[in-house]
Amino acid sequence: MGRTHIWAKCAALGLAVACLGAPTKARAGQASDDRMVLEGVPGHAGGRLVVALRSEPKTLNPVLAVDEPSREVIRCLSADLIHINRASLKTEPALAKSWNVSRDGRQYTLQLRRGLRFSDGAPFDADDVVFSFQVYLDEKIDSTQRDLLVVGGKPITVVKVDQYTVRFEMAQPYAAAGRLFDGVAILPRHLLEASYKGGGFSEAWNLSMAANQFAGLGPFRLKEYVPGQQVTLERNPYYWKADRAGNPLPYLGEVMFLFVPSEDAQVIRFQAGDTDALSRFSSENFAVLQKQQGTKGYHLDDLGPGLEYNFLFFNLNDLGAKNLPEIAKKQSWFQDLRFRQAVSAAIDRDGIVRLVYGGRATAIWDQVTPGNKLWVDDKIAHPKRSVERARELLQSAGYSWKNGALVDPRGKAVEFSILTSASNAQRTKIATIIQDDLSQLGITVQVVPLDFHAMVDRLQSSYNYEAAVMGLVSGDADPTSEMNVWLSNGETHLWHPNQAKPATPWESEMDGLMEKQLVTLDYAKRKQLYDRVQEIVAEELPVICLVSPNILVGAANRVGNFRPAILVPYALWNIDQLYVQ
Amino acid sequence: MGALVLLAAFQFLILFAGFFAPYGFAAQDREQPFAAPTTVHFWDTQGHFHLRPFIVDSESSEARVYPVRFFVSGTPYKIAGIIPAQVHLFGVEQPGRIFLMGSDAYGRDQFSRFLFGGQSSMLAGLIAALLSVSIGILVGGIAGYYGGWVDELLMRGGELFLALPWLYLLFAVRAALPLHISQWEVFLLLVSVMGLIGWARPARLIRGVVLSAKQRNFVVAARGFGASDAYLLRRHVLPQTYGVLLTQMTLLIPQYVLAEVTLTFLGLGVGEPLPSWGTQLASLQQYYVLSSYWWMFLPALLLIPLFLVFYAAADALQEIHKTVAL
Repeated sequence: MGRTHIWAKCAALGLAVACLGAPTKARAGQASDDRMVLEGVPGHAGGRLVVALRSEPKTLNPVLAVDEPSREVIRCLSADLIHINRASLKTEPALAKSWNVSRDGRQYTLQLRRGLRFSDGAPFDADDVVFSFQVYLDEKIDSTQRDLLVVGGKPITVVKVDQYTVRFEMAQPYAAAGRLFDGVAILPRHLLEASYKGGGFSEAWNLSMAANQFAGLGPFRLKEYVPGQQVTLERNPYYWKADRAGNPLPYLGEVMFLFVPSEDAQVIRFQAGDTDALSRFSSENFAVLQKQQGTKGYHLDDLGPGLEYNFLFFNLNDLGAKNLPEIAKKQSWFQDLRFRQAVSAAIDRDGIVRLVYGGRATAIWDQVTPGNKLWVDDKIAHPKRSVERARELLQSAGYSWKNGALVDPRGKAVEFSILTSASNAQRTKIATIIQDDLSQLGITVQVVPLDFHAMVDRLQSSYNYEAAVMGLVSGDADPTSEMNVWLSNGETHLWHPNQAKPATPWESEMDGLMEKQLVTLDYAKRKQLYDRVQEIVAEELPVICLVSPNILVGAANRVGNFRPAILVPYALWNIDQLYVQ
Repeated sequence: MGALVLLAAFQFLILFAGFFAPYGFAAQDREQPFAAPTTVHFWDTQGHFHLRPFIVDSESSEARVYPVRFFVSGTPYKIAGIIPAQVHLFGVEQPGRIFLMGSDAYGRDQFSRFLFGGQSSMLAGLIAALLSVSIGILVGGIAGYYGGWVDELLMRGGELFLALPWLYLLFAVRAALPLHISQWEVFLLLVSVMGLIGWARPARLIRGVVLSAKQRNFVVAARGFGASDAYLLRRHVLPQTYGVLLTQMTLLIPQYVLAEVTLTFLGLGVGEPLPSWGTQLASLQQYYVLSSYWWMFLPALLLIPLFLVFYAAADALQEIHKTVAL
């Protein structure tokens, strides 16, 4: 699992790096109860699955990978101890066949599967687990997983109890601790310890290494890398899952990742039958592909809303030291709740759903989308768009109209700009629709699409912006992945990040709720706490939530067991069960 | 000559876009994104001919007929940016919509946006091209005429300009500017950026022409009679660059219309909802537009004859110039 990350493009940074797997046939020396048996239709062995990656993976090192293409490949090469099942959104055993939680919720004791081997044939045991966590927690290595493994300000400690038992201890109880393990790929100590101790870890497992230098516990292992063209993986004969008929998994003989640099090119390759699965594409391209769905040997799935939420927010930072007088003056509008309510009331969310997503999205009024069934708060009101109500709110806050233009109580015309990322066509469109909606209130809005990095720089360090349209994708359905967004000292607390102490009473309340849910172990109580956070977001509107796009995927008809999910990686999470006819 | 008339007609349409366009450039019809061009009928289902054309709205539950009306009042606009007016050449009654060239992703009338887009794109393209060419004449003329170290200095300077990594410079320019810039400032910025980037190539060409022109016998003779440099340049040398200048202009204007797409992407161009030809063409970069909505090509298709007319007009002007010179 992961924290919600601002680089929405690399959705779910820090999320699961392992492919949920399926089992191996019992091998000599491997106790039969330690295989993991997966339900599902038994498939055919052999064959090759071809998928496209947006760019070349930068590394195959699970500790160092930050870009989505690298993670996509690494998920197929590695495994974690406890895994989040993408279909049920719940945790399930992986390399750990079972675990116990101490009564105070601070100790996790994991029983490892026995007799497992890495893809090079070397045996796996507790030493590999201890070594892996040592690397992830090493401050010098700076892995993205590290801040998840720091609980209550202290790193988790890992103790080897015996060859197949490991104990994890945390400074404080942690509600979603089982989910922490998802995505923490276990490393082979026999291959990486030398480079870790020798200080060459940052170079280890880049793509220039020979395939036999690499080993993992995932369903596949590296076969060949052709720069600029493709990465090919082959079946891992030592994999530890089996289907219910006892056949070893994975079924596929090979997985090939082609490097196809743009979404449009990926869609065209998929349409032409060059690739077998497709995810992360727009509703417009979905509509294009839909036309030939019956004749072209592929099918498409609309999974409904995912975990991404798009929103408008205003600059509520303390600009005292920043020398931005123009923006500081406008903050008197942004800080007025009635102003934010009026803006929210005037926005045509249904119009956004229709025009930007061709109907393949859902209007939202808080950060939890209807796709997140465990955590969505049904009590949140869904008020209809009402320009009249917006006008009343503005009037009650002392605003008036002069020749159709809105002026604030001091007589200044209301005019601001909305920042979006130029590379995200959907968000620019959303901003353009908001611009038109707010013009009906007499507000002049400029839409300013900027290069993505220039935008992030303004949002997170110079604070030189007035409003922005952004989207965040939770790495996990659980609210702990959202800590850095809702805590007032979080760096993704977008409207006013990194606060020394909460600037408003409701932010202070939100801090308390988020911290409390983190250490509460009972789901019902946690749900109550997080419901209140959602209510605060809907009432105080620090971010004006607008729309959650549906997760759209496609696969060739020849791919069996294809069961896409709303969590990253959407399509290939059960690659060890996929087969081709 | 025909080309000149056509060009003038085009410019007239664009100048009075508000009158010829049935809708404002920002008017959205959220029920009709990517609507196909509206068919204008003269014959009804019974085969009767109507002098007043009409359109049929088949989207709603029962098909409704809207006659096309002329000189209707509608969205207010300003003629040439100054005189307020609200009469449009044609239109249909609400809630009917007439989209001669279809509608875009927001349900905005493409025909109206094409006409309004011409205002910013043509003006920006024209002024920027003039700016490039003027600097080109100045620099190229001086370099070619005086030669020696002046020539070296100016031409190497020009090459330096060509070699600059413009993309990054533009990023820097954008970062240094305030976030929102008024439309007028955007316009000036566009023009100056395009004009300043583009002068080096015309300058080179003009230098070449000047270099050969100044050695012509009649120029040498005039110099022998004691003509001053300024007189020689004005009377004998620069007039010979006229042809080159015209071709340069006709090449630069379309180029600048397209350059605006890139600038818009960097946050330096004409922003939404203001239309421009550049942004209309930019939507064609997307696969779903290319494969699903053929009418999105119409602005591009219209630009081809427009630029051809430009070229033909430049030819015609050159002919006239030659005749006059003889």
